[in-house]
Amino acid sequence: MQIHDHPQLKAEARNLNFYYGEAKALKNINMPIYDKKVTALIGPSGCGKSTYLRSFNRMHDLYPGNRYEGEIRFFPDNTNLLSPDVDPIEVRMRVGMVFQKPNPFPKSIYENVAYGLRVRGENNRRVLDDKVEQALRGAAIWDEVKDRLQDLASNLSGGQQQRLCIARALATDPELLLFDEPTSALDPIATGAIEELVHELKKRVTILIVTHNMQQAARVSDYTAYMFLGEMIEFGKTDEIFIKPQDKRTEDYITGRMG
Amino acid sequence: MNESQHLSSQFDEELSRLRTHVLQMGGLVETQVSAAIDAYSTGEIASVKTIVETDRKVNELEKAIDDDCAHIIAKRQPTASDLRLVLGISKIVTDLERAGDEAKKIAKGVRRIYENGHMPSQYGVGIRHLAEAALTMVREALDAFARLDTVQATEVIRADSEVDTEFKSIIRQLITHMMEDPRTITTAIDIISIARAIERIGDHAKNVSEQVVYVVEGRDIRHTKEIIK
Repeated sequence: MQIHDHPQLKAEARNLNFYYGEAKALKNINMPIYDKKVTALIGPSGCGKSTYLRSFNRMHDLYPGNRYEGEIRFFPDNTNLLSPDVDPIEVRMRVGMVFQKPNPFPKSIYENVAYGLRVRGENNRRVLDDKVEQALRGAAIWDEVKDRLQDLASNLSGGQQQRLCIARALATDPELLLFDEPTSALDPIATGAIEELVHELKKRVTILIVTHNMQQAARVSDYTAYMFLGEMIEFGKTDEIFIKPQDKRTEDYITGRMG
Repeated sequence: MNESQHLSSQFDEELSRLRTHVLQMGGLVETQVSAAIDAYSTGEIASVKTIVETDRKVNELEKAIDDDCAHIIAKRQPTASDLRLVLGISKIVTDLERAGDEAKKIAKGVRRIYENGHMPSQYGVGIRHLAEAALTMVREALDAFARLDTVQATEVIRADSEVDTEFKSIIRQLITHMMEDPRTITTAIDIISIARAIERIGDHAKNVSEQVVYVVEGRDIRHTKEIIK
């Protein structure tokens, strides 16, 4: 499908293949990620959308036998995120991730957010205070936690924990945020808060989100990609994908016809 | 248009019931229009009552179908072709209901003419022909919807301009009549309103057909000259 009048590229997958050992999980993916836009990845379980998402911060490097082919170009510097010369730790500073279940560290609220900065070697208390507040504000949780920053993060509710994880990801000023089904463990109110937050965040960061909730993809994203069996079937503007998809397989999936 | 089944067979049933109701409603409107035309030619004004009664059923169906559309949107959050079908149907029923109203207007006009002791045939204008053309448009628009056939829908859209042209020529003829003989004015005005109603029925059939194109292809061709891509 031809797409016109697009914003700048933040990243682009080029002929991306991925193997778990012998098993090929991603098949020749080519896809643009537009700057300061939300791109949703949808598709049935096992279609490769999480595998694809995780490639962006080199999470697959943690396991032996995993192998990438092709490139993920990251702009404006045109770095290939997958290149062996690129340090995964550096990648993760620029590409943050939020998981399905909130996973705060068993530390205080403050230390959860400060963690990434400390890893980077930042120890100046004033800088840390400032960054932590900014990140918590960015994740729309500051007002709820500002009086108890030293409390254990695990005392927060599920929705708050997830926003804390978003704050933690924001603290290092990432350029791209990856969300892997960020609301599947949350109730509708907490889900609404996260969706609202995604809308706010895209003013300053590019977002790539995997979701099983198609209505959520329709609500929060500017672009949607439909994946099936490791292939990118269709990529387009969300408005077009949900009203007039080009590929019958996309249509069958989003209208609930796939069995 | 997607013919494969949903995972939810209930959703399939809801959509198919919705379509059936639209076709039922369309069938009623078609009878209304056809009865109104017959009354015009034959002077059988007894059928006017039936036409008015049918209109009540049509109105009820319109409300019921709109209600079903709202339920489907709320419960199923339809997307893509399902969404287009529901949106299209909710517009189609509006046009069908209005076509029914126009049929009612024709019937009432016919009754006025005959009750005043006039014969519309005296005027020798091509109302009958115009009406047949509009009725065919309604019939074919409904067929196009039933089969989701954009080729037929396109033909209906084309036919509308012929009906419009014919309508204008009838108006010109009636104006001539009225200028030549002012005694004809009362009846001529009734005939004009009948012709106008027929022309509007054609417009509604065209609108239905435009919705068929939207439902099937997702192209909105209203208010454009575009018929075939």
